[in-house]
Amino acid sequence: MTDSIGVRVKTAPGTAGQARRGPGSAISLREVGIRFGAFQAVADTSLDVAPGEFLCLLGPSGCGKSTVLSAIAGFEQASEGDVRVDGERVTAPRRDTGVVFQSTEALFDWMTIRDNVAYGPRMRGVAKARRAEIVQEYLNLVGLGHTADKYPSQLSGGMRQRAQIARVLANEPRLVLMDEPFGALDAQTREVMQRELDRIWRARRCTVVFVTHDIGEAILLADRVAVMSAGPSAGIKSVYDVDLPRPRDETSREFALLHQRLRDDISQEVRAALRAQGADVEEEL
Amino acid sequence: MTAQTTAAPRGKAQDARRPAARRIRDSRLRTPLLYLVSVALGLGVWQLVAATSGPDMVSSPKTTFDAAVELISDGTLGTSVWASLKRIAIGWALGVVVGAPLGILMGRFGLVRRILDPYVEFFRFIPPVAFVTLAIVWFGIGETSKIVLIFYTSVFLVTINTIAGVMAINDAKLRAAASLGANRWQVLYSVVMPASVPHVVTGARLAMGNSFLTIVSAEMVAADEGLGALIWQSRNYARIDWIFVGIITLGLLGFLCDRLVRLATGRGLRRFGVRV
Repeated sequence: MTDSIGVRVKTAPGTAGQARRGPGSAISLREVGIRFGAFQAVADTSLDVAPGEFLCLLGPSGCGKSTVLSAIAGFEQASEGDVRVDGERVTAPRRDTGVVFQSTEALFDWMTIRDNVAYGPRMRGVAKARRAEIVQEYLNLVGLGHTADKYPSQLSGGMRQRAQIARVLANEPRLVLMDEPFGALDAQTREVMQRELDRIWRARRCTVVFVTHDIGEAILLADRVAVMSAGPSAGIKSVYDVDLPRPRDETSREFALLHQRLRDDISQEVRAALRAQGADVEEEL
Repeated sequence: MTAQTTAAPRGKAQDARRPAARRIRDSRLRTPLLYLVSVALGLGVWQLVAATSGPDMVSSPKTTFDAAVELISDGTLGTSVWASLKRIAIGWALGVVVGAPLGILMGRFGLVRRILDPYVEFFRFIPPVAFVTLAIVWFGIGETSKIVLIFYTSVFLVTINTIAGVMAINDAKLRAAASLGANRWQVLYSVVMPASVPHVVTGARLAMGNSFLTIVSAEMVAADEGLGALIWQSRNYARIDWIFVGIITLGLLGFLCDRLVRLATGRGLRRFGVRV
C-alpha cells in the first residue's frame, strides 16, 4: 500500500522488498526466538532481506536488535525457528558474513591498520602481493590510504570505524552486519560516516543489516526500516519502505514526514518498555 | 594607553614561559632526586637503629659495607650472586615457558580448565618451603632440586595471570576474527595469544618476585653456593653483617631484575599493550 507522501508502509513483516540483483546474500528469519536461560530476549520474529538490500533494524535500547544481529552473524543460536543466509541454516560465523561492531575494541590493537585489514585474506591464505593490493584498495575506499602503518590506538574513533569497515569489506563479504557502528562517535563525525557508508554501499551493493536507534540514520541509509518492539520477547513491529532517491536529502518534506511517523511508532515502544520497568509514563502525548 | 595595555599581557606571557621550561627540567630531575633523598633517609634510620641496638642485633651501614668489601674481595659474593641468579633465571624461565601456554589452554578450553583447575588451586597455596625436603629426596642435592622449587613458585602465578588475560579478551575481537574466517586454531594464535601478552608479562613479573622469595628456602639445605646459602651459613659463624650483605644483595638484585624485565618487555612488547 502506498500513502499520500509516497512512503509505502507494510505492517505485516516477512515480505521481502523488491528483489534486487546484486552480489549480496538473502536472509530469512522464520519465527525466530532467542533465549538466554529463562530470559526470552526475542520471540516469534520473521523477516526477509533481499540480496543487495540495505535494511535498518530500528528500536529503543535493549530491545533485542543486537541479539537478532548476533543470530544472523552466527554468534548466538536461535532457540526456536530458524535463521538462514542464502538458504543455509546459520550455526556458526560465516566467512561471507562480515560484522562491524560498535566497539572499536574489535580491531586488533597489536596490528597496524594494514594488518588489520589484511586479516581476513591472510587467514584464508591469499598470497602476500595480492593481499597488499586488496588492502590498498579498501583503505582507499574508506579514505584511510595514508594511515596504513598506524596502530588503532593512534587513530580517532571515526577513523577506527573506517578501518573496521575496510577490514570487513576486504574479506569480500556478501552480507555485512553493522551493530550501531557510529553509536559512539560525535554528531559531526557520525554524519560524515553515514554519508560515506551510503557512498560505499552504492559502490558495492552487498546486503547490509544495520542496527541503530537513530531514526535519521535509518532513513538516510536504508531501503527498508524494520521497527522492533520493546523487549523482552521483542519482535518486529512494522516495516517501512524508504522510497527516496539517494543520496538522501534530510531537509526534504518526505524525509521529515517519515521521521515523524517512525518517531511516533518508536515512542510507543519506549513508553511501553519504561512502563514495563515500573516507570510512571503517560499513555500518549 | 592602548599600547600599554596590550604590551602588559604580552610581557606576562613571556614571564610565564620561563617557569614552565624550568618546571619540565625539574620534573626530569625530581624522580632521581627523590630516590636519593629516600635512600639517604633510609640509611639514616638504619644507622640510628644500629647505634641504639648494638652490633649483635643490627649491623650498622659501615660494618655492612666493610663485610660486603670483604665478601667481594674473597670472591664469595660474586659466586653467590652468580649461583643464585642462574637458578632463578632457569627456574623462572621454565615457569614462564610452561605457565603461559598452560594458561592459554586453560583460559580457552573449558575442558582443560575444569580438569587442571583443582590442581592449580590446590598447589598455589602450598609454599615452596614445604617442598624443600621432598625436592632434595626426589631430585637430589644438586642444582635440579633448587631449579624445580623456583619453577614451582613461578609457574602457577604465570598460569593464573594468563588465564585471567585470556578471559579478559573482548568478545568483539574473538567474534570479529571468527567472522573474518579464522578457524579455532587461527583465532588461538592470531588473537588469543597476542591479546593476553600483557597479562603474561604481569604474571612473569610477579613470578620473578616469588623466585627471589623462594631462592633462600631453596638453598636452605645442601647448597654451598648462592645468596640463600650465604645467609644460612652466616648463622653458623654468627656473622650478622654477612646476613645483612646477603639480604641487601637479594633486594638489589630483585630490583634490577624487575627493571630488566620491564625494560625488555616495555620496549619489545609495547605494541601488544604492555605498559610498565
